[in-house]
Amino acid sequence: MTANVPEIRISQSVTQPEPNSPAGPNPTPGQGARQKPASLAVAETSAIRGFLLSRGNSALADRGFHWLMVFCAFTIFGIVVLIVSVLVRGSHLSWANFGLRFFFSKFTDPDTHLPMYWDPVNGHFSALPFVFGTLVSSFLSLLLAVPLAIGVAVFLTEMCPRWLRGPLAFITELLAAIPSVIYGLWAMFVLVPILREHVNPVLIRLFGWTGFFGDDNPTGLGFVAAGVILAIMILPIISSLTREVMNAVPGSQREAVLALGATRWEMIRMGVLRNARIGIVGAVILGLGRALGETMAVTMVIGNTPQITRSLLANGASMASVIANEYAEASSDLHLSALTEIGLALFIVTIIVNALARLLVWAVTRGAPAQVH
Amino acid sequence: MRAKLQSGSKLRARIREGTDGLATGLAILSTVLVVAPLIAIFVYLIYKGASSLNLAFFTKLPKPEGEIGGGMANAIVGSGVLLALASLIGVPIGIGGGIFLAEFGRGTKLANAVRFTADVLNGVPSIVMGMAVYGLIVTPRMPFSAISGGVALGIMMIPTVTRTTEEMLLMVPHSVREAALALGVPNWRSVLSITVKTASPGIITGCMLAFARVAGETAPLIFTAFGNSNWSVALNQPISALPLEIYRYAISPYDDQHRQAWAAALVLVVLIVAAVSLVRYVAGRGVLKGAS
Repeated sequence: MTANVPEIRISQSVTQPEPNSPAGPNPTPGQGARQKPASLAVAETSAIRGFLLSRGNSALADRGFHWLMVFCAFTIFGIVVLIVSVLVRGSHLSWANFGLRFFFSKFTDPDTHLPMYWDPVNGHFSALPFVFGTLVSSFLSLLLAVPLAIGVAVFLTEMCPRWLRGPLAFITELLAAIPSVIYGLWAMFVLVPILREHVNPVLIRLFGWTGFFGDDNPTGLGFVAAGVILAIMILPIISSLTREVMNAVPGSQREAVLALGATRWEMIRMGVLRNARIGIVGAVILGLGRALGETMAVTMVIGNTPQITRSLLANGASMASVIANEYAEASSDLHLSALTEIGLALFIVTIIVNALARLLVWAVTRGAPAQVH
Repeated sequence: MRAKLQSGSKLRARIREGTDGLATGLAILSTVLVVAPLIAIFVYLIYKGASSLNLAFFTKLPKPEGEIGGGMANAIVGSGVLLALASLIGVPIGIGGGIFLAEFGRGTKLANAVRFTADVLNGVPSIVMGMAVYGLIVTPRMPFSAISGGVALGIMMIPTVTRTTEEMLLMVPHSVREAALALGVPNWRSVLSITVKTASPGIITGCMLAFARVAGETAPLIFTAFGNSNWSVALNQPISALPLEIYRYAISPYDDQHRQAWAAALVLVVLIVAAVSLVRYVAGRGVLKGAS
């Protein structure tokens, strides 16, 4: 590990000045090759390039190419505009009908006097049980995944023998490449029976008195099943980003702590984890973003019953799962609009969560060598 | 006094060593706990999938619900059609965006904004993308169709391809670009034939990763491509796809459909793992072999 570190530092110091330097491959002639000679080498190369580009025997084609590429880049903004405009337009009806109460209200069923949230037949819509289901399953999955992910990252970056590192990293990458519908398939036919037969009875016996593990759902589906499969799914992304962040901690930090006589764990705790903590928080938030939006696997195991219960073993529904279940067969315009509003809320929340996570991860790994995830 | 101090520090040393060992043990344990489900998933998938695969799976059309037999020939071809459409949309635009970030916009505010938006878009749930395409294409003009499914998947590829292309182009040394320009090559030609070509193994890697990612997407297809139990490759008709059929068959009550879901899952995973392994092989050979 320590042998690697000087190389990383060197490549950092080479790559870092470039993005900041004002002189890129700039097709406009005569513009600022030497405005800010921040680094001599870069300034000099771009002077040559500026000269070559300014001769202009293909200025028209070059300009056309430039704008074509700009257009491609702008499609990314276009996608965001498309999503926002379609969802805002689609959810207008629901917004006009329910307003902000859409996310808080509940109704009482006239026959059974039970609380009701989602009744497409009679036109009652409230997103509350879906928000609840998304939050509960996501936080359950973080609770399970975060300690494991950090453990794996610590093992892979600091302890693992070199020959084992490649295969293990490969396996965690594979975990990220499996489609969510296959996780769902496995969860339906393997995980849920295991939970039903072996895990849930134990949970009910040990913790049933808290009320969080009620014994009224014999299927094995529900929030716990969704949380476990989500945890398995977000582990790779959290652990690989944590690994990246930990690799970005300079080796000198590790050596300094070791030189003071620290054990390996103390070195990891003081030298690595403390330095990487902002990035690790970013990785966890990114995992949360994935968990919030994950659709298929959750749809297949959460039970798809819009209800709010104290018991984590009860059936539930998440924002994404209700869209997957009902969007193609929505019974009325209002129903479709309500589903679209749930989608809009999901979009806004994941955008915020992801932006936050990216900012945190960038703050730590900025300047580190480029990597393909 | 001194003896007491010494024994105290010995105790502390032992505690510290113990903590060290405990932490090591926990790290190893968590690695095992993470690797175990993966191996469980893989072993079970291969076991169930291989025992359910047969020739009919690849050549026959699905039987009506509840009947035994039949295959998924239409879903395999449908997935191929959808992925080809998606690549047609996602790859050129994605690479173009990457070229802009690396060659034209380097260091500008616009490029930073594009990069950040692409990263954030990567995390947007695929089902939301599906809803956007549904609103754009499905409602006003035509019912569920292969085109809308392909557009949904293609849009999802763009951010990934853009970011990986950019990262690969950034690794091409300046001297290569300057050498091309010094020979009098126009800039667009230098970018396409020299820079992009030099970085092409890496760019292909990025495209394959994006491809592998959308190959397993189900959520956006539920209400764009919709699925079709008949043979159809028409672009304006609903079309079947492997992930979609896995989902439909998994939630159906029939054992024979569960069997076929596992077979389809195995085919899909083999496809994706092959793509990812190919990527690792290409990337491992050195991304920029000719350049440096």
